[in-house]
Amino acid sequence: MNGEQQVLTVQDLSVKYGSTQVLNSVSFDLVPGEVICIIGPNGSGKSTLIKTLAGIISQKSGNIILNGKNISEYSKNAVAKTIGYVPQDFQYLTSASVLEAVILGRRPHVEWSLTEHDLVVVQGAMDRLAISHMAEKMLTELSGGERQRVFIARAIAQEPQIFLFDEPTSALDIRHQIDVFTMIRELSEQNNKSVLVAVHDLNFAYHYADRVMLVDNGDIVAIGTADEVMTEENIISVYGVPMQFITTEAGRYVLPIWDSAAPKVSSG
Amino acid sequence: MTRTQKNPILFYLSGKRRKLLIILTLLILLFLTIVYALNAGSFHLSFERILIILYQTIACPGLLEGSNSEKIIVIDFRMPRVLLAIFSGISLAVAGCVMQALLRNPLVSPFTLGLSSAASFGAAMAIVFGPVLFPFIPLQYQSGTIVLAAFLLGWLSILLIYAISRMKGASSATLILSGVVIGYIFTAGVMIMKYLTNDEKLREITLWLMGGMWGANWNAVVIVAPITLICVLYLESKAWDLNGLAAGDDVAKNLGVNVHRLRISGLFVATLAASACLAFTGIIGFIGLMGPHIGRMLIGNDNRYLIPCSALLGALILLVSDTAARTVMDPIEIPVGVIMYIIGGVFFMVLILRGQHRVIT
Repeated sequence: MNGEQQVLTVQDLSVKYGSTQVLNSVSFDLVPGEVICIIGPNGSGKSTLIKTLAGIISQKSGNIILNGKNISEYSKNAVAKTIGYVPQDFQYLTSASVLEAVILGRRPHVEWSLTEHDLVVVQGAMDRLAISHMAEKMLTELSGGERQRVFIARAIAQEPQIFLFDEPTSALDIRHQIDVFTMIRELSEQNNKSVLVAVHDLNFAYHYADRVMLVDNGDIVAIGTADEVMTEENIISVYGVPMQFITTEAGRYVLPIWDSAAPKVSSG
Repeated sequence: MTRTQKNPILFYLSGKRRKLLIILTLLILLFLTIVYALNAGSFHLSFERILIILYQTIACPGLLEGSNSEKIIVIDFRMPRVLLAIFSGISLAVAGCVMQALLRNPLVSPFTLGLSSAASFGAAMAIVFGPVLFPFIPLQYQSGTIVLAAFLLGWLSILLIYAISRMKGASSATLILSGVVIGYIFTAGVMIMKYLTNDEKLREITLWLMGGMWGANWNAVVIVAPITLICVLYLESKAWDLNGLAAGDDVAKNLGVNVHRLRISGLFVATLAASACLAFTGIIGFIGLMGPHIGRMLIGNDNRYLIPCSALLGALILLVSDTAARTVMDPIEIPVGVIMYIIGGVFFMVLILRGQHRVIT
């Protein structure tokens, strides 16, 4: 591994909650413009990995190297300018407006007042997600999909090199899920941003990822291209559900085998 | 996009102008209220006369004779009272505003969290025990022990609330109930103090518990003013971080906010500001709730503007109330704390009925 290419290198990263080991010596790297989808069952450590890299979980061991320098050598602000995070849940608790929410992304860049440049960046992010027309609306008035767009716009306004998404589409319908993943591809292809996204839907991972990371019990089971990682053997052993892979003209799909996947219901 | 497309930059800039205009308007209102308050009372003076006295006092203090009765009434009696009301209003409103942001709950304030009761217990102890409480402080500084005791107990109550919110979550129910219970406990402490003490001190404590500006003198202002100003400036400097907290701890941390340190230092400074003025004014409820809430309606949630706006509103509300308290039934004076209980109580009910607090919890 040469340190020049990678924007992010993770070495032997471990996280413990109390006595429970949630991540075991995880190592991987991320190059500019790359989209890595993290898949794995609930509780496998996907979220923990994202949150640790986002600076939310601080009890960790191992190294996180950002542009060739250990993350501990950066100030909090400098890290915030490099890594942006889009949360899974609706976490906005006060009734902020859409504009206020997106402006928040500029926090690492400003002292007190916003410069013209800040405003241009905010406007660009809002235009990009087509939310400029709702600038005055309160977040509480928005639908789930609109709110997710506001959060993504905030992360874009933050102008990071690396975007971290924690199951960004779990509350969205299929149309909005596709919108979000299209946006993620654009960030990587048009802006050369690196993206790490935890995702539940295996087909989205298969379709949109440059590389797929399969995690289970805090370990990386496999990392590589979708075809390398998402083999029937890997998926079935990790998820414990029989799956079949179906190839059509439009692409390859992962589907559970319903009959044998259903839990055994005793007839008593 | 759609036909209602607007330019967010223009929207931001016009919003900013509007916010600055609101703050300016409040400043002018406050100034007018100050002049009115200096004038109000049994001894009447013309507005010009008050402006002249103010100007002379600031510009060339030497010109005024110490015995001039007009000057004594305005500068020695009314001025400290007006200033104490202003600084108390500022610190209570800002403390409320910041606590609401830090604990992410719109119903918290120094009063509703029991800080006021705790601070009064501290002050009551300082009144009753006098120099025995802090024997290591030299005699000439003993007047400051009320502030110190009020602050220490106030801080203790906030630490309790913070510990509870970390264990049980910062829902309205948990925080407000804890505040009420902590309030009861410290009120019991105050009762013990009242029971134990002699008549003279009993009157001092009782008057003080009702909350009022009669403790006002220049010594009080000299202590309260700098503490208030420094605390407010510090909290204002954290406005961006407070905004970040509204997006949740996770997002705030990703935006580079040291969330834990911000909570501890913010609560510490807000408590310091609130208890410093409570030590002189006694319990004045609800300012820390009314200031920020009216502020949010006027100016929105951006703490950069909300903090100064709440501060000015708090100062205005308290100054108007206090001026009314001492003039409405002249020569009898109603404790301003009592007025605040009534107005604030109604305000609090309206808040609950409108269900606005649910937005946050």
